[in-house]
Amino acid sequence: MGHPITETTPATAYRATAYFDVDGTLVGTNLLHPMLHVLTQQPTPLQSLRRIGKALLAAPMLAAAELRDRRRFNELLFSHYEGMSEDRLVVLADETYRKVIAPRVFRGTRDLLAQCRRADLRVVLVTGSLDITVAPLARELGADHVIANRLEMRKGKATGKLLRPVVAGPAKARIIADDAREVGHDLGACHAYSDSASDVPMLSVVGHPFCINPDWRLRDLATAYDWAVLDLDRSSPGEGSE
Amino acid sequence: MSSHTAHPCVVTIDGRSKPRVLFSGSRLVEVDLPVGSRVLYPKPPMKALPDVDAAIRYAIDHPEGGAPLHARLRPGMKVTIAIDDISLPLPPMKRPDIRERVLKIVLPMLADYGVDDIHLIVATCFHRPMTAKEVERMVGQAVFRKYWPDRLYNHDAEKPGGLTEIGTTDQGEVVEISTRAATSDLLIYLNLNFVPMDGGHKSAAVGLCGYRSLRAHHTPGAIRASKSYMEPGASELNHRVVRMGRLLNEHVNVFTIETTVDNRMFGPELDFLARNEDDWTPRQQMGAKALMATLNALPWKARQAIFEKVPAPYGVTGVFAGETEAAHEKTLEKCNEQYAVPIDGQADIVVTGVPYISPYNVGAFLNPLLVSVLIEGYLFNLNRGVPLVKKGGTVIAFHPCTDHFDKTQHLAYVEFVHKLLPKTRDAMELHKKYEREFASNPAYVQMYRTGNAYHPAHPFFMWYWGENGRQHIGRVIIVGADNEYIPSLLGYETASTFAEALQMARETAPPDPSLTCLHICPMLMADVKPLDDDEQARRGLRLLPGGA
Repeated sequence: MGHPITETTPATAYRATAYFDVDGTLVGTNLLHPMLHVLTQQPTPLQSLRRIGKALLAAPMLAAAELRDRRRFNELLFSHYEGMSEDRLVVLADETYRKVIAPRVFRGTRDLLAQCRRADLRVVLVTGSLDITVAPLARELGADHVIANRLEMRKGKATGKLLRPVVAGPAKARIIADDAREVGHDLGACHAYSDSASDVPMLSVVGHPFCINPDWRLRDLATAYDWAVLDLDRSSPGEGSE
Repeated sequence: MSSHTAHPCVVTIDGRSKPRVLFSGSRLVEVDLPVGSRVLYPKPPMKALPDVDAAIRYAIDHPEGGAPLHARLRPGMKVTIAIDDISLPLPPMKRPDIRERVLKIVLPMLADYGVDDIHLIVATCFHRPMTAKEVERMVGQAVFRKYWPDRLYNHDAEKPGGLTEIGTTDQGEVVEISTRAATSDLLIYLNLNFVPMDGGHKSAAVGLCGYRSLRAHHTPGAIRASKSYMEPGASELNHRVVRMGRLLNEHVNVFTIETTVDNRMFGPELDFLARNEDDWTPRQQMGAKALMATLNALPWKARQAIFEKVPAPYGVTGVFAGETEAAHEKTLEKCNEQYAVPIDGQADIVVTGVPYISPYNVGAFLNPLLVSVLIEGYLFNLNRGVPLVKKGGTVIAFHPCTDHFDKTQHLAYVEFVHKLLPKTRDAMELHKKYEREFASNPAYVQMYRTGNAYHPAHPFFMWYWGENGRQHIGRVIIVGADNEYIPSLLGYETASTFAEALQMARETAPPDPSLTCLHICPMLMADVKPLDDDEQARRGLRLLPGGA
């Protein structure tokens, strides 16, 4: 599938990297929103119905995985893409961005990313979403790089499995540490932003962790560790700042 | 004791003197000063203006330099009114706030002259944005309802395109202010002057500026070169601001309105706290005991609320308008008349309470960095002539130094105190190595712009604020700290009792040292006349030998 975006500015031109979780942090979506859209947009209504029915049957397992193991949750979730063609997924990704993601970009998101650029920070989106889904958003927001999950493709069709490493939970910490080392940035000078307690490992490895609109578990931890809590303006659906 | 006649606000402790009652954060503590100590009290409140509205009208009709306000108006012109924020006075004054009273006179006048294009900007600079409720309280409900939020708002020093460069002084200082103000036909600045470092050119040139302009004067170098912020002629900070303000006034049509208040910080139920304890009535003595016991029994939020819930009954003592420097001269006269208490000779040891409040924690906890700002910044600089404490002398301060921060207003302070101060306390190193990057932190900047947080550069400025005190004072000993870590991080020693602190201070002081206690609050300034050691000894301005 290749890289969803190409870094036009060399990473070494920046003094450090700002790593952003996406769902709930910059955009008012979660992993289910884009997937539901994709499942409802199958070539025939019957196919859509079949895939949605299968997803509903798996819902209890998904819920259990969400509570216990974020990686397992991602693997179960994206197994529903099995058999979809790569071409169709790419087409649907653009549509999903326009119809599902773009209207939910927080008003404060663009301001925050603009401030990152003024602060000489490379902007990287780190998300459990699929790379093809997040690519249009990354382009729109002017992110420098995306670290996202990738579907395994065989003969032009999705196998329903994720390529390694799966971007989720504790693995995010190792992935961004590898990324920072690769581009020569000191992790202590890097920033990370998330809304979810599942990203505590990622927040813990950088020098500047920030919680954006955090869930109650992360808010409690933020209080304990004196991490900054930023309540981004979530009021504006759609095209971001004024 | 001395035959020299001291000012009535300078009291010398003798064998019959009662303990002094000083602030220790939001508590009150009794301090048994040794015989021979001198205590510097605030002056009684000046007589307030009997008719404030008349004084406002008179001031804008009879300005100090330049044409009256009405003569500067023409239909259709673009006017911006910049207003001081609620960092002053402390605590916030009873309603109506003097800013509301001035607006109630100025805005109808503008309307009468056909001026409709009016914006009101709260000149917060890098301070936290005021909340809508605070703004409403300050400007009054009528003005708030008409103008908020489109035409009445906080200054945003980080708004892209929100600042306009006016020019550069001959010393290379960049003057840049709010675009709205810079492009107005008339900029009216409405000031509330609390201490002599406020007002004048500092109002528009600092209140409405951005980081590029602040970097010209909010530096360790400028602070070190300032003998006292409260004596404009001796303040390098002020010199730079004046240069920038003069350039601004050459390009922007500025009409300054300055107001002064007395020092009536407490209502009638607590105003005895400002007076000599030996003169308290038995009822006041009992009241003080009861208050101390109550405060000791309450958590800090409740303690602070006792002092903050009742707004201060400040009286307005002056209104001056017109050309910035001419109006400010009159303002300074009033300020000094209210605050300056003459005292002969510096002290080897200065004892001071540290209150719960500063310009930077209205509605919030006085965090450790702000404690240092009070001790080495504001309290140290409350002087004219020379500092109250001798060079290399000791300051004994009362404060718990609790490791607590308001997470809405002061989040960037947490990182400054707990990540940077352990690396270095050197203001120059902090300035050169860390300030720029810290000040551009995207999350902190966003919190400043859209929340109620101080700008991330602000904790640096706060540390610099104490720089001349830090260079001058030999030792700071904290009494009553609830932890050892914060005082040591700030460079202070600790003592569990005043007697212990005094013993420690004596170890590095000359034999039979001189001791002066700064009895704050309310506000006062020491007008210190330097005396050499022999003259101090001759006048008996020392502790009795071995006295404790």
